[in-house]
Amino acid sequence: MFSNILIYFVVIPLLMLAGLAFCRNIRQIRAVAVTGSLVLTALSVYLLVDYLGLRAAGADAPMLYTDSWAWFKPLNINLSVGVDGISVAMLLLSSIILLTGSFASWKIDQAKEFFLWLVLLTTGVFGFFISIDLFTMFMFYEVALIPMYLLIGVWGSGNKNYSAMKLTLMLMGGSAFLMLGLIGIYYHSAPDGSELTWNLLQIAENGSIDKGWQYFLFPMTFVGFGVLGAMFPFHTWSPDGHASAPTAVSMLHAGVLMKLGGYGCFRVSIYLMPEAANDLAWIFLILTGISVVYGAFSACVQTDLKYINAYSSVSHCGLVLFAILMLNTTAMTGAIMQMLSHGLMTALFFALIGMIYGRTHTRDIRQMGGLMKIMPFLAVCYVIAGMASLGLPGLSGFVAEMTIFIGSFQQGMADYLAGDGSLRLVFTIIACCSIVITAVYILRVVGKLLLGPVQDKHHLELTDATWWERTSTVVLILSVAAIGCFPNFFEDIIRFTFSEQIFTVIGMN
Amino acid sequence: MEITMIYYLIPALVMFCCGLYGFITRKNMIAMLISLELMLNAVDINFVVFNRFLFPEQMEGMFFTLFAIAMAAAETALAIAIIINVFRWGKRIDVSDLTKLKD
Amino acid sequence: MEATIPVLILAIPLFMFLFLGILGKYMSHKLAGILGTAGMGVTLILAYFTAFTYFFAGTPEFVDEAGQRLQCVVFNVDWLQLYDQLVIRLGFLLDPISAMMLVVITTISFMVHLYSNGYMRDHHGVWEKGFQRFYAFLSLFSFSMLGLVVATNIFQMYIFWELVGASSYLLIGFYYTKPSAVSASKKAFIVTRFADLGFLIGILVLSWYTGTFNFTELTSVPVADGVSAVSLTTAEGVKNIFASSAVPTFMGGSVMTWALVLIFMGGMGKSAMMPLHIWLPDAMEGPTPVSALIHAATMVVAGVYLVARLFPLYLMEPASLTIVTVVGAITALYAAMVACVQIDIKRVLAFSSISQIAFMMVSLGVATPDFHEGLGYMASMFHLFTHAMFKALLFLGAGALIHAIGSNDYTDMHGLRKYMPVTHITFLIGCLSIAGIIPFSGFFSKDEILSSCLGNSTVTYIWMSLVAGLTAFYMFRLYYLIFWWKEHKVREGHHTPHDQPWTMTLPLVILAAISCVAGFIPFGNFVTWNGEPYDFMAHFDWNVATISLIVAVAGIAVATWLYRKENSVPAKMRAAIPALWDWCYHRFYFDELYMFITHKIIFGCISRPIAWFDRHVVDGAMDGMAYVTNKAAYAIRCMQSGNVQMYVWIYLLGALLLGAVTAVCLMF
Repeated sequence: MFSNILIYFVVIPLLMLAGLAFCRNIRQIRAVAVTGSLVLTALSVYLLVDYLGLRAAGADAPMLYTDSWAWFKPLNINLSVGVDGISVAMLLLSSIILLTGSFASWKIDQAKEFFLWLVLLTTGVFGFFISIDLFTMFMFYEVALIPMYLLIGVWGSGNKNYSAMKLTLMLMGGSAFLMLGLIGIYYHSAPDGSELTWNLLQIAENGSIDKGWQYFLFPMTFVGFGVLGAMFPFHTWSPDGHASAPTAVSMLHAGVLMKLGGYGCFRVSIYLMPEAANDLAWIFLILTGISVVYGAFSACVQTDLKYINAYSSVSHCGLVLFAILMLNTTAMTGAIMQMLSHGLMTALFFALIGMIYGRTHTRDIRQMGGLMKIMPFLAVCYVIAGMASLGLPGLSGFVAEMTIFIGSFQQGMADYLAGDGSLRLVFTIIACCSIVITAVYILRVVGKLLLGPVQDKHHLELTDATWWERTSTVVLILSVAAIGCFPNFFEDIIRFTFSEQIFTVIGMN
Repeated sequence: MEITMIYYLIPALVMFCCGLYGFITRKNMIAMLISLELMLNAVDINFVVFNRFLFPEQMEGMFFTLFAIAMAAAETALAIAIIINVFRWGKRIDVSDLTKLKD
Repeated sequence: MEATIPVLILAIPLFMFLFLGILGKYMSHKLAGILGTAGMGVTLILAYFTAFTYFFAGTPEFVDEAGQRLQCVVFNVDWLQLYDQLVIRLGFLLDPISAMMLVVITTISFMVHLYSNGYMRDHHGVWEKGFQRFYAFLSLFSFSMLGLVVATNIFQMYIFWELVGASSYLLIGFYYTKPSAVSASKKAFIVTRFADLGFLIGILVLSWYTGTFNFTELTSVPVADGVSAVSLTTAEGVKNIFASSAVPTFMGGSVMTWALVLIFMGGMGKSAMMPLHIWLPDAMEGPTPVSALIHAATMVVAGVYLVARLFPLYLMEPASLTIVTVVGAITALYAAMVACVQIDIKRVLAFSSISQIAFMMVSLGVATPDFHEGLGYMASMFHLFTHAMFKALLFLGAGALIHAIGSNDYTDMHGLRKYMPVTHITFLIGCLSIAGIIPFSGFFSKDEILSSCLGNSTVTYIWMSLVAGLTAFYMFRLYYLIFWWKEHKVREGHHTPHDQPWTMTLPLVILAAISCVAGFIPFGNFVTWNGEPYDFMAHFDWNVATISLIVAVAGIAVATWLYRKENSVPAKMRAAIPALWDWCYHRFYFDELYMFITHKIIFGCISRPIAWFDRHVVDGAMDGMAYVTNKAAYAIRCMQSGNVQMYVWIYLLGALLLGAVTAVCLMF
């Protein structure tokens, strides 16, 4: 069992949990958290390199490092693991965010309990990304959701009980749909008479979900994951939840957990039910297209920093689902890039907001101003994050958005010329408009918060970032810049997955 | 006169109904407990009788009754203990006063 | 050509940006200034060397046997593979216009780097706060602008297009504690972003349509008669778009026209064409050297450069060229009118830039291969070149004045010619040049533009000549108001104004010298629309030249009459046409219109209702569900009375009922 590298992505967090349980003081807790997340980061980098090596050497299975251990025989539930380029990228993203999140919560109260829950959450996230068994996938998904309630409810700020309850209930509601959808998939996972399976790859290979059931199961799973991916109109947990959550939790939640939604939509809904995806895409295209613009417009008038960022996440994550629904290689590659990019960028944002809030004790942009003069390091980082968000070339957002727009436009034109209506085309152009609106709200915040005269003279006494805060932000900025400057490397990781496997299943493009 | 099953069952039914009536109407918890015991014993009689007349070669009914009696004893002990505590707390054992658990 | 030097041309400014940006605060101001200037100096030498090699080496990669100049892709690396056919590459394209732009950008940028060493400190030699940051941003801008002009494909251009926008944002907002600078930088970014949306969609359409981003493929084969016989490359994998009969149309225009118009919209944003010009006057909030570099000489001509770059495509769609002409002509007149009444000298120069860029646009718009071998294209590029030099000169001169006086308004200046002789002379040369007086450089380039307008239509010619006259008028109005008029007796500052240190005067002198001689460059030998050199003098129209000279002199004469000495005529004229004066002074209320659109419509009618809808309807629906669940739970709760005997009754009745039902069922 332990000869498979993937299992360590779950084992290490579990060891961290055990280690944290024995910690006696804050120093030991920090040591465990940082060491553990460093090991995880190193592991995911190693996995990335090894994965690329295997691919270069000609491994062309849809998933590599596959392995399976029986868990509950009667229902054929296995702990099956395996990764492709997307999962590898997501694992890297998760470990980077865990690392920076640990640095960002250097001074948290009740650190032991906090880190216990945080690491448990991460266990769920890593487990989700390495699983290819629908049941274990769902189980890890739930493991990732539950700690969120306590993390927000106990360590949060503001109207935390309400937010925590709302977030948990809405996500749980989503997983109810999801559970239904997954069980439905299980019962149609194999042709009549053969053994049913939860294994993604086998289900895709069997392709035995008939079209009528796909029409039922596709919306179930898509909405189920879509709630986590903040799809309009199921996004309202996001502003409240993010606003109340403590820094590291916001980072992990917006940076990684929301990606679970997009990843799941892609991995389960589209991959297993391509026909329904093709026929029903228009419904969700409209919803996600609305998300993109709607989130951006809402962000324009918010006054709370975290609300602004949460709405911006709605907009950016909407773009992820939007691109996935284009069912076009380029757009889907863009969607995965956007997941990476948004994960890093929004984690950076939330880290910075947390740091600013920790100093000024307010998140209302009307009460702050001229922070550039007071805390230049944090302010510069904020500007960089903003620039990444509004799609400045050289940072990650640009690459992802452009890939999405080009792919979507190609698909839209192809649809249009094939006489399939101009919905994709129109919504692509609407989505393009978000680049302007994004610029409006980002520059509004930068202008009010960082530039201009100092608003509150008490703020003049505040200090700039400490070393752990600098570590956290610098790591994130470097990652964002790496994607932005060398996109071909990252696209290479992802692209193989699409061109060779998925579309033979989908049978299009 | 041959004593058939019905001669046992009718007193048991009467006992059960008395117990039921007592359980519903009496407010005193001790009285309710007694009524409960009546019902239990009526059921025990039924077990034994059915076993004796219908499946004379088997012993399950007898053993079941023995278990039930043992359980009833334990349960009574527990109930009495609760009632005593309730009495200590409120100096009353009227069941209609005890609705706090609903909250 | 070896790739080393081109790589260095891009890498040095980028390195200087990172170096000064990250380590700048640990070094002294002086060192940062010297390093930044030296870095730019090296880039300047390399760029000159590259341009010189391109134009004069005569190697087969640059020029063919017939003497036609070729496009040469020095290097081109894959940056982002979108799908099998479509790749975004970053590279270095050397052709006549990019070589010319390399010279322009590095020259002006070097002058500005040098000049800023003097400008960015006060009279006591105390450095501006953030001086190192200033140099870092300048380097970033230089890098982006160089990347833009050497782009091998339209997407690379878009990438650097965004980067110059961002560096412009950073530099306009350099004095970030000043609210007006902050809002100006924001406005510049958002307005150009809006234009870039058009650019982006245009790129999407174009790339879908042609299956390529590359300029060489898009524009490789010259057009024969301007409309039909176009054979773009038919390389493997690239759709031969124009051959296909099923060319979709949209609202009466072909898709190609729409793509080009949308791309031109991007150009309108960057080049501040009406109605997207509103950011440029506000951008003058930035330090003056920045205005000289970005908002007069280099970045704002990016739109012109874009159209020139795609010129063969525009030629195929005459409708799009007509739009370019019309937009340019209207903007030219508008900006010239507004420039006539402004008080802030930088604003005057800004509107003058808009007007001059519009000249270049018009020139591109009217250029056709059948008239003087595409004279308009050459004239546009020539004017771009000369304008960059004399406008940078004027801005740097204005910077010297502002530095000396501490105010942007000419009302605080008046009669400075005695105190600042060097600035005075160089500024005068700049004014003569822009007014189009022989033999200064502006005369030649503007004359070519007017000639090519005549080739298009007489209306355009007269229109543009009128604007040329206005240009001469407002520039000399400015000149007289600054250097002549009445002299202030008591000055606001603590000292008499004087000329600046050599770091500031040297660029002025150099640029003035270039403005004097640049007109004699045989530009047609270097830059033509299809690379074939042609004889400049053969197309020189003495009639046009004479008329434009007369118009310019008339403009200057009027300005002299009105503004040389203090008199009451201007005030009377103003009183005679108050409405026109007000409209011009308030820039035809464009800013107010935009404020209305953004605040009242976008924020007021879209954003706020959406935010309200989100909080109250979407969120309310979720809260409502929770509320209903909660209420229902409370409603059911009273069944749980806590009365044990009640439970037993219900249980009993239930059991009996069940028994009865079972019995009934069994019976039937």
